[in-house]
Amino acid sequence: MSAFWLLIILLAFAAVGFVLGRGRALASVNGERRRLHSLPNYYGSNVAMLAFVPAVLVLAVWVVVQPFVINSSVSNHIPAELYQTGGELNLIMSDVRRVADGLDLAVKGGMLTTDEASNIDNDATDLRALLGEVGIALGSEIHPSVLSAAQVMRTQIATGNLYRSIVLLVIAAAGFFVAIRMTSGEFRARNMVERGIRGLLIAAASIAILTTIGIVLSLIFNTLEFFRLYPAKDFFTLLEWAPSFSGRGGASSLGLLPLLWGTLYISVVALLVAVPIGLFSAIYLAEYAGPKTRSIAKPMLEVLAGIPTIVYGLFALLTIGPMLLSVFGDNGFGWMQGQRSVMTAGLVMGIMLIPFVSSLSDDIINAVPQAMRDGSYGLGATQSETVRQVVLPAALPGIVGAVLLATSRALGETMIVVMGAGAAARLDLNPFEAMTTVTAKIVSQLTGDSDFASPEALVAFALGMTLFILTLGLNVLALYIVRKYREQYE
Amino acid sequence: MTDAAFPDGAEGAAPRTTSSLLTQDTRTKKRNAAEARFRAYGIAAIAVGLVFLAVLVSSIIFKGVGAFQQTFITLNVELLEEKLDKSGTRDIEAIKKVTTFGYNPLIDAALAQAIADTGIENPFSKGKDLRKMISSGAAADLRDHVIENPDEIGKTVSFRLLASSRVDGYLKGRVTRESLARDKNLTPEHLDIVDALAGAGVVTKAFNTDFITGADASESRPEQAGIGVSMLGSFYMMLVVLACALPIGVAASIYLEEFAPQNWFTDLIEVNISNLAAVPSIVFGILGLAVFIQFAHLPQSAPLVGGLVLTLMTLPTIIISTRASLKSVPPSIREAALGIGASKMQTVFHHVLPLAMPGILTGTIIGLAQALGETAPLLLIGMVGYIASNYPDGVIEGFMSPNSAMPAQIYEWAKRADPAYYERAWGGIIILLVFLMTMNIIAIILRRRFERRW
Repeated sequence: MSAFWLLIILLAFAAVGFVLGRGRALASVNGERRRLHSLPNYYGSNVAMLAFVPAVLVLAVWVVVQPFVINSSVSNHIPAELYQTGGELNLIMSDVRRVADGLDLAVKGGMLTTDEASNIDNDATDLRALLGEVGIALGSEIHPSVLSAAQVMRTQIATGNLYRSIVLLVIAAAGFFVAIRMTSGEFRARNMVERGIRGLLIAAASIAILTTIGIVLSLIFNTLEFFRLYPAKDFFTLLEWAPSFSGRGGASSLGLLPLLWGTLYISVVALLVAVPIGLFSAIYLAEYAGPKTRSIAKPMLEVLAGIPTIVYGLFALLTIGPMLLSVFGDNGFGWMQGQRSVMTAGLVMGIMLIPFVSSLSDDIINAVPQAMRDGSYGLGATQSETVRQVVLPAALPGIVGAVLLATSRALGETMIVVMGAGAAARLDLNPFEAMTTVTAKIVSQLTGDSDFASPEALVAFALGMTLFILTLGLNVLALYIVRKYREQYE
Repeated sequence: MTDAAFPDGAEGAAPRTTSSLLTQDTRTKKRNAAEARFRAYGIAAIAVGLVFLAVLVSSIIFKGVGAFQQTFITLNVELLEEKLDKSGTRDIEAIKKVTTFGYNPLIDAALAQAIADTGIENPFSKGKDLRKMISSGAAADLRDHVIENPDEIGKTVSFRLLASSRVDGYLKGRVTRESLARDKNLTPEHLDIVDALAGAGVVTKAFNTDFITGADASESRPEQAGIGVSMLGSFYMMLVVLACALPIGVAASIYLEEFAPQNWFTDLIEVNISNLAAVPSIVFGILGLAVFIQFAHLPQSAPLVGGLVLTLMTLPTIIISTRASLKSVPPSIREAALGIGASKMQTVFHHVLPLAMPGILTGTIIGLAQALGETAPLLLIGMVGYIASNYPDGVIEGFMSPNSAMPAQIYEWAKRADPAYYERAWGGIIILLVFLMTMNIIAIILRRRFERRW
């Protein structure tokens, strides 16, 4: 039985349980609902819950664990002389899986009977062609031991699924009968159901933790795999980024530093645009602008934050790039070679970050109490002197926090740099030169690639790890600064 | 004592500089100038921001509007029986054997006829050269039509065929006669013909519905490319996001806001949520690649996987806004419900949640809008543009079969070399922004109409 049908059966079980539980509760008090502890539906829900939830949890665990158990037991069937490294074993195992899947598909499609599939002989039938017909393409001829391993896998999966169905149905039935037995007029069904719902709520809240764990684990494992294939020292110290596309490893030099340089350079340009404009806009909106100006200008600036980054990317590539090229290119100053450059990406990213800086700073400036301003005016300071000498120092921790958050946003921004910054990694000071960033390289190394065995693909995970640590560090630092230096006003 | 008590020139007055409120001394002037400057900086900053916005919006509109217009050539094509159905039996299998190459001569003849009708000289002897004015997909359209209507063979039928992208560009002003000097695809003679045909009403511009409903086309046929299939991909992803992110986000917020005790576990969840909100979107793409595709073996490029990745990405947004709207429900509501004997759970689900619903929906729509515009994580899980070339065959296929999404399609077009695709990319952005604007306006209306101030 497939997991899908098991789920349907369990659902049906739960529905029956609901009706029976409700009926039994009512029957136990001879239909006098006042004598029930809880509303009748709670009794039904309790039975449905106990029949369904434990079984489904076991099913979920089983679905995740079974492939691992079978994989490790089947890989013992592969003769050791066929492979040298773990990577080769993985390739063989994926062949085994595909052959097993293919045989199952062929049985499903009516090309083989069940017996034929279990006793198929590689010499007598052209297995590869047969599997090709059901849509499983194999790279090479099937080794006899692969075929036998695939058969072992098929039988193990079949027995595993059989046990799964039995175990699940037993658990569901047990839950069902326990709940039915419990059901009586005095039973506190509502408390039971509410405890269940509470568990569900906790599970939903824990998804945030699971996501973080997922991110960290997927980055760590693949990064370790990368460092096994490629020396970590080279990754951190080489000044060159030149992945080879032909062979595996060896010829590639995958140095982090040029990418990091490009990332930081572009971020600095972006911040040089965004911080002054954003900060001055925030000051003007908070201190000078009347309610009418504010109600128009603030949402207009925030529109910039709602525009998807792909739009900014296109804007960089097709509007700002050519514009800069016509001024700084060969017809102008002669500093710029192509449309893509640090300046192009940085400028557009700066525009994107303006509302980010301005609305955060605006909130912080507004949080400075009016009494401080009034005190300053009372001493004879002008409005701008008040802003510079009283308001800004009071708001400084918050503003620094906002700038750090904007920096982390700039480091992680992808589409603008993919489209506006160029593809060549370079260590250069000229801001009109094309450079590339960590995020752009993650995209180019992983796009359309499903083979994770080569260091050229795995390096993307190491880059992702770098990026994750950088942005996480900045966020934590920003929070720390805001918390530590925040002035508490009554 | 004030200065007024000592009139100017009075004896005993201190030998200080005379100052009046009506004339400013240099220091006051300086301070006032600094004040004016500071204020001007603020105005300038806002102006610069708004100018950027204006340039962005106007360049989107000016460059993108062209994509909604397309040049068509209306031709009377004679569907010759000896070319399309030699046996004359109208056997559909026999008709299907004629490839698109068999249809090209028909188009050539019709085009030559149309040119002759306008009265100008046809400088091209070969049909192949003449045909460059028409999209290379036109023959396939013709063939599809004939296979659907085999009884029209032998008749002369009027077709509205797509003009090639160069002709389209010429009529829109993108291609000029000078730029053709380096272009092997079209010559100035072609443009003379186009001018004549446009004068005769054979070449016309019309609204391009195919751009909105069509599929992506190959690199050499920008005139055929449309955003419809990837729009459907985006739609399925949004369904997944809505179905996963809304219940999970609301459940998580209810727990954190109403039930969670103050302990390390709650703190851990809070820290995680605020950190996830700041993780770059591309990291979520890496997570999706490693967990959903590498580990769970879900199909690559499927909208289902894209939707799951975007769900994880938008969850923090939805949780933060849901918590804010739960918090804004006054405690008196909860106390009243508890006071008449409702359990904590009943209080939350029967009273607090309905009152917080408008705020939750607003936050959800804004989260969805954010997810709709996201590109980078989709590229990593293989939802790249060129995949969107066929409509999925059904709802399940729609979730599981490889597809793209609107932003990824736009990115794909922007990468292609032909400038005709840039126009498509801008046009795609207009469609994307129309969706985003609609969603945001719905969110604003919801907030205005239903949000209660307590």
